[in-house]
Amino acid sequence: MSEAHKFVWEGSIPLQIHLHQSEITTLPPPPPALVLAPRIGYLPLLISLIKPHFSTTLPPGIDTIWFEYKGLPLKWYIPTGVLFDLLCMEPERPWNLTVHFRGYPSNLLLPCEGVDSIKWSFINSLKEAAYVINGNCKNVMNMSQPDQAELWHSVLSGNLESYRRVSSKLKLGTFEDEYAENINPVSTKSQQSTEETEVTGQLKTGRIPVRLYVWTVNKDFDDLEDAPQIDNWDKVSYINRPVEIHKDDGKYFSLNDAVRSLLPEFFPGSSFVDEEDASINRSTGEEEENTCDPMSSFQPLENAEIKLVRIQGIEPKLEIPFSWVVNNLMNPEYFLHICVCLKVSEAKALQ
Amino acid sequence: MDVKTGSSDIIGLDGTLSSTQFFLSALSFSDNWKRFNPSLPPWIWVQFPKHRFISSHNKVFEGYLSLENMCFNNLTQEEESNRSSTSKEECNTSHGEEEEELFDYATLVQSNCNEVNHYDFHIVYSPSYRVPVLYFRACHSDGQPLSFDEIEKDLPGHSSKLLSESKWTFITNEEHPYLNRPWYKLHPCGTSDWMKLLFQNDTSLNKNGFVIEQYLVSWFSVIGQVVGLKIPLGMMDTNVANHS
Repeated sequence: MSEAHKFVWEGSIPLQIHLHQSEITTLPPPPPALVLAPRIGYLPLLISLIKPHFSTTLPPGIDTIWFEYKGLPLKWYIPTGVLFDLLCMEPERPWNLTVHFRGYPSNLLLPCEGVDSIKWSFINSLKEAAYVINGNCKNVMNMSQPDQAELWHSVLSGNLESYRRVSSKLKLGTFEDEYAENINPVSTKSQQSTEETEVTGQLKTGRIPVRLYVWTVNKDFDDLEDAPQIDNWDKVSYINRPVEIHKDDGKYFSLNDAVRSLLPEFFPGSSFVDEEDASINRSTGEEEENTCDPMSSFQPLENAEIKLVRIQGIEPKLEIPFSWVVNNLMNPEYFLHICVCLKVSEAKALQ
Repeated sequence: MDVKTGSSDIIGLDGTLSSTQFFLSALSFSDNWKRFNPSLPPWIWVQFPKHRFISSHNKVFEGYLSLENMCFNNLTQEEESNRSSTSKEECNTSHGEEEEELFDYATLVQSNCNEVNHYDFHIVYSPSYRVPVLYFRACHSDGQPLSFDEIEKDLPGHSSKLLSESKWTFITNEEHPYLNRPWYKLHPCGTSDWMKLLFQNDTSLNKNGFVIEQYLVSWFSVIGQVVGLKIPLGMMDTNVANHS
């Protein structure tokens, strides 16, 4: 594990949290709460820090905490850092959020029954990641109760040492890093070093768990301040597809390759799509007419352009090897969260 | 990841399928369902461009299977044992969209009858697990969503037992991958394992792509029972017979 990993774990976002005015029953209104929120954490986990600021002014009722940013209810199961990267194009510090303790928008947001909901959302994501990487999630399923508790507490408390110790037992390894000089299992502090090498040696798939958040703009902007605001979740395409690391002709697989392979609709040139297309040709019989004709007439969308890629608050160069990005910038549940802004213009009409 | 898409025997090996195979299997499943369950709501393939702003530039198989407006009677304990047959008879009387209107009219009269709950089921492909995943949601006849406790009462006995044992890993509230709204989801992490077993026991199936078409039928014969939906035996038999 690297220094970058440490930065990711220590990263946090200063929040200025306002209680929604409909829940203020006292005068003067309470001042906003200032809280430092870990990037890898989840917003409802901040309740113990926030609640004391507002408890005396809340109307009677049962607490169900939720947050909004400029009217957009925030999904609690997306790590706080990802929400910030996605919704705050021009990083605002402190980030001004509104908190609610009443009126949960259950048609929009998943119910959150406190820490347990968040913990299990985390564990289920970890299971999914393990499946993507190893083709099964036995190691996560068979985790002992104390280990599971320690893993979760390491995330809650941002304790990277403890996290490394427990997560190494999951044998999810690090991904084969083609350009890494720092992967030397013997020198890692982990006692599991032999197991780790074993795992790296038997990497079967090269599949990487990725969560991609894509939104598109159709007008160019030079300044992030002028970027259109995301005011509705329907504007964000949430893509949960593994990335397969391809290695062709000794050329390394870059972040650019990864993003393009996840968006075949915009970048049809990727090999991912070609294989699918070819196979549908081979394996369909009567369906062929329906399924293949529209596809063969597809024109590559040449005017889709990657405007911005943001991971863990940084905007890495697209030429960077994808394996480096994965090993250093992934979240504790082994998913790499990537925010992508695409500029799509309709047949150059807008230019 | 989908390099092996063309060859069907991969299903026999690890119990998973590619998104293209899922699409093919879904079409076949939907046809069969219509043939064997003419009185039930159909499974319809909903094509779903993930990126709405681009009309037709999508892969055809990006989408999910949808069966909507299935109704379950709120059964009392005594009726529990013959639940599945009852629920099917209930549904014989209703046809797709008309049904909602019918119930609207009937609401007032119905108030002292058993309450009817409407279920929507979607079968969505999971690229992570490379298997189909069942999503569902439920509402009362007045459109109010059912709470999880109420859903639990509608589930067959064996499911509610499992549910109480593993609250967070069997059925959970999760966001629908296409609709971005809270739905319920049956956890898929064991699916490939038992699908593998199903196909291993039937090596005769494992030829020339029959497995792909059979996949969802076999899958649903297990998954459907969790939510009290049964597949007619004939549907499985004929499917095999057609091809052998």
